[in-house]
Amino acid sequence: MITYALRRRLTNHLMTILMVGAALAVMAPLGIIFVHILKMGASSLSMDFFTQIPKPTGESGGGMANGLAGSALMIGLASCFGLPIGILGAVYLTEFGGTRFATAIRFSADVLAGIPSIITGMVAYTLLVVPMKGFSALAGAVALALIMIPIVLRTTEEQLKMVPGTLREASLALGVPFWRTSLKVTLVSARSGIITGVLLSIARIAGETAPLLFTALGNQFWSRKLTEPMAAIPLQIFNFAISPYEDWHRLAWAGALVLVVIMFTLNLTARYFGRNRH
Amino acid sequence: MNSKLKLDQLNIHFGAAQAVKNVSLDFPANTVTAIIGPSGCGKSTVLRSINRMHDLTPSARVTGRVLLDDADIYDRKVDPVAVRRRIGMVFQKANPFPAMTIYDNVISGYKLNGRVKKAEMDEIVESSLKRVALWDEVKDRLKTSAMALSGGQQQRLCIARTVAVQPEVILMDEPCSALDPIATLKIEELIDELKEQYTVVIVTHNMQQAARVSDFTAFLYLGELIEFDVTKKIFTNPAKSQTEDYITGRFG
Repeated sequence: MITYALRRRLTNHLMTILMVGAALAVMAPLGIIFVHILKMGASSLSMDFFTQIPKPTGESGGGMANGLAGSALMIGLASCFGLPIGILGAVYLTEFGGTRFATAIRFSADVLAGIPSIITGMVAYTLLVVPMKGFSALAGAVALALIMIPIVLRTTEEQLKMVPGTLREASLALGVPFWRTSLKVTLVSARSGIITGVLLSIARIAGETAPLLFTALGNQFWSRKLTEPMAAIPLQIFNFAISPYEDWHRLAWAGALVLVVIMFTLNLTARYFGRNRH
Repeated sequence: MNSKLKLDQLNIHFGAAQAVKNVSLDFPANTVTAIIGPSGCGKSTVLRSINRMHDLTPSARVTGRVLLDDADIYDRKVDPVAVRRRIGMVFQKANPFPAMTIYDNVISGYKLNGRVKKAEMDEIVESSLKRVALWDEVKDRLKTSAMALSGGQQQRLCIARTVAVQPEVILMDEPCSALDPIATLKIEELIDELKEQYTVVIVTHNMQQAARVSDFTAFLYLGELIEFDVTKKIFTNPAKSQTEDYITGRFG
C-alpha cells in the first residue's frame, strides 16, 4: 500500500512539473523576444527615430517618422473601411442570424480570417494596384481592412450574442423600433467587448507586413497622397533588416521595439476594456 | 364598463404546437385583470401577444384578433412599434438598461426614439419616478448607474420607464416573482394606483396577489380559458370545478 501511495505522489509531482514546464514554455518565447528586442533596439532609439525620415545610404542617423505616420494613416483608413463593415455585419448576423445566408457569411468570415495575409496583399494588388497603375497607400489600407473585417465581425458577433434578450425586449416594449433597438441598446450594451475586439484587430494589422509589400510598397520619403506609395513601420523594418548596412540594422531594431511596445499597449488596453464588464 | 382591450378567439402556435387555444377576453378600461394558471398554461404567451412581442419569434403564429379601442392590432396596416407605444410592458425580471443612469433609464423611451424635448425631460423623469414612489429614494443619485439599485427599486424603475412614455395599457409579466415581500407590497400598492390612469393586465403565479390587486381574474389551463369573472367571484365561488381545484391548491 505504501509503495502505491508513494508512486501516486511521485506521478503527481512529475505531472505538476511537466505542466509548469509547459506553461513556462508558452511564456518563454515572448520573454526572449521582448528582452532581445529591448537590448538591440533601446540603444538605437532616440528622438530622431520619431522625427527624422531615413537618411540616404552612407549618412548616419535618421529615423522612421514617415513610417510611423504612414502606419497610423493606413491603419486609420483601414479602420474606416473595416470597422463599419465588420460591426454592422455582426449586427446583421445577431439579429437575423438564423438563415442559411448568415451561416454562409460566418463561414466566409472564418475562411477569410485564415487566409495567409500575403494572399490578401495579392488580392488588393490585383484589385487596386493594377487598375490604378501604381502602388498606393489606399491599396495598403484596403488590404489591411480585408484582414480586419473577419476579426471584427466574429468578435463583435460573440459580444452581441451575450447581450440578454430581456434588454432587447425592454426597448421594444417602449415602442422603440427594431433597428434603433439593435443600434442603441444591443450595440451599446456590448460596447466594451466590441472595443476589445477592435483594439485587438488593430494590433493585428499594425504588425502586418506581407499585405503591404504589394500595395503600399514603402517609401523613403514623406508621402502626401493616398495614391502614392507610403512608408509603414513593418515595411521599413523588413527593408532595413535585409539591407547590408549596420546603422540600418540598428534602425530596424528600434522600429521593432516601437512596434512591439505599441502592440503591448493595444493588448493591455484591450484587456482593460474586456475586464471592465463585471 | 366599456372595454379597452379585447381578445377575440386568440390562437397562438409555436411551430406545430398550440400554446393558446381560442381565448376570448374583455379587459375593461381602468381596471386590473389578473391572468392566473399553472406553469406552462399560456399566461405569458397570451400577455406577450397583446403588444406583439411574438413578432420576434419566427416560429410563433398568432391568429384571431386583439382589439385595442376596437381596432385590431394584428391588422396588416398596423405598425407593431405604434402598438407598443400604446401598450407598455413590465417584465418578470427587472431589466433596466445597464449602460444607462437612473435618469436615462426613465427617459429611455424618449431618448431611444430620438424625440427628446429637453425642457420636458426633467419633468417627465420626476413625475414618473414620483408615480412609482421611487423619487425620494433616488432623487440624489439620478446620474448614477441603475444597476446599483435593489431588485425592488429596479423593478419600480422599469415601471417608471414604462409609464414615462404614457401608454394606455400596461402589461405585467409576473412583476414580483423575483422580489421579497416588502418590495412586492410596494409594487402591489403601485398597481392599485396605476389603474386610475391605465388599464393593467398582470400575469401572476401568486394567487393571493391576484386576489389582492385585481378586479377581474382569468384562469387559464393548458392554453384554454377556463373561467373569467370578477376576482371576488373567482376566489369565493368559482363556476368551474377546475378553477376551484386550482385556487384551493389541489393542483398546479
